[in-house]
Amino acid sequence: MTSDTVISARDLSLTFQTNDGPVHALKDVNLEVQKGDFVSFIGPSGCGKTTFLRVMADLEHPTDGQITVNGISPEDARKARAYGYVFQAAGLYPWRTIGGNIRLPLEIMGYAKADQDTRVQRVLELVDLAGFEKKFPWQLSGGMQQRASIARALAFDADLLLMDEPFGALDEIVRDHLNEQLLELWKRTSKTICFVTHSIPEAVYLSTKIVVMSPRPGRITDVIESPLPRDRPLDIRDTPEFLEVAHRVREGLRAGHGDAV
Amino acid sequence: MMRNLVPILTVVATLFVLWYSAAIALNAPWARDQAARAGQELGFSALVAETWSQDKPKLPAPHQVAAEIWKTTGAMVLAGRGFSKRSLFYHSWITFSATALGFVLGTALGVSLAIGIVYNRTMDMSVMPWVIASQTIPILAIAPMIIVVLNAVGISGLLPKAMISMYLSFFPVVVGMVKGLRSPGAMQVDQMRTWNASPAQTFWRLRLPSSMPYLFTSLKIGMAASLVGAIVGELPTGAVAGLGARLLAGSYYGQTIQIWSALIMAATLAAALVGIIGLVQRITLKRMGMS
Repeated sequence: MTSDTVISARDLSLTFQTNDGPVHALKDVNLEVQKGDFVSFIGPSGCGKTTFLRVMADLEHPTDGQITVNGISPEDARKARAYGYVFQAAGLYPWRTIGGNIRLPLEIMGYAKADQDTRVQRVLELVDLAGFEKKFPWQLSGGMQQRASIARALAFDADLLLMDEPFGALDEIVRDHLNEQLLELWKRTSKTICFVTHSIPEAVYLSTKIVVMSPRPGRITDVIESPLPRDRPLDIRDTPEFLEVAHRVREGLRAGHGDAV
Repeated sequence: MMRNLVPILTVVATLFVLWYSAAIALNAPWARDQAARAGQELGFSALVAETWSQDKPKLPAPHQVAAEIWKTTGAMVLAGRGFSKRSLFYHSWITFSATALGFVLGTALGVSLAIGIVYNRTMDMSVMPWVIASQTIPILAIAPMIIVVLNAVGISGLLPKAMISMYLSFFPVVVGMVKGLRSPGAMQVDQMRTWNASPAQTFWRLRLPSSMPYLFTSLKIGMAASLVGAIVGELPTGAVAGLGARLLAGSYYGQTIQIWSALIMAATLAAALVGIIGLVQRITLKRMGMS
């Protein structure tokens, strides 16, 4: 573990006790995420990818093993407001404007009023929503709402962005567009991003590192370091390198699925 | 506008027809009795005229009630005595003041109990059964005791009546606000957690705004219950003023017209109060983008 390690998980396990007996959401998971990485977690439902992200965010507590975020426990990291979390749904408050929604975490964290204003302007430009500050969420499309929720997670000084299928509910065209924008944003802000998805093209297109997971028990079956360059136009998805990585991800998913049956 | 008006007028017209017919049926025996004693024979039209104009009918006709209401409201205002002790405005005001105070107290009690139930596990497990039990006690049975007990400790006048109003109106507020404060989804609560928001911040910025639609629905029911409470509070206490006192006096002296005019005044008051809350609701929720 180096000083550049953002996430470090050692033999991490999480078991939920349910009425139908214990469910092993995570079993002996080991992973290191370095500063500046774009890591995708991919796998079928029930493989623990969202649970893993929630453990990093201190929204779930592991039953065994260790995990550190920025070298400290997830709880301390959460209290230090070390990460921004983007949920599957935009979750904007209908009674607040877009600007008001982005301002919400800043108000909670006690940023000065003038600082709030400049930050709101900056992140709105970052997600290409400049001029929409005074609009209400219902006046925006689904894709724009999700961009606003990303802006909200970027507004405060967290170097880590945790994203749980943020584009899962959007259609293919909007999704492509947002993926492109997200890569652009990642390059400009040099944040570390952990991104949960169940789309192979999305994972391969976005990531520097792809973590393939499989269910029952939830575990990591393959970690793929992407050979693709950091500059990625959308048509990189037709190159042989891209297809090769995609193929390896698919193989990993199939292998994980095979021994679970 | 016309499309709404026609059905409404049809219903109102039907109600009037039913009311006038019922007045004939219910008041006819007395009218025939009187005619028989005087040795007269009543034709149908004479009978109808008689049943619609008795002094103490079993069921007064609408125009009799309307005349009584006008006599005790508009006519008194024109005579410059709009607030005399014989005016329905005066009695409505007495009842309204108890209703309003009880409503405010009940809402405060209801909201505080709901906050306790949502934030405190012990209260969550223990308070609700008592709240429900409190509403199964007939208010008519407990109202005199509240008045007597409060009188014994030297509290009389407006407050005892308001306490009865509060007793009835806090219940819908508790139920609605518990549901409202719990209405934010797991995701929204998690989101607050990721920002390390304090419980107070989560309450003011998430739970309270989310509960507004529930609050207003509860307030409407609470307001109606509060008015019932104030009227019931005036019944057993020998109160000399208020719509409840008018009802009681009317029933002592067989003044059915007076009873009905007090009833209609109470209904109008309730409709106005609930209407005001509805208006505030519309404006608030529209401003909050939640309508």
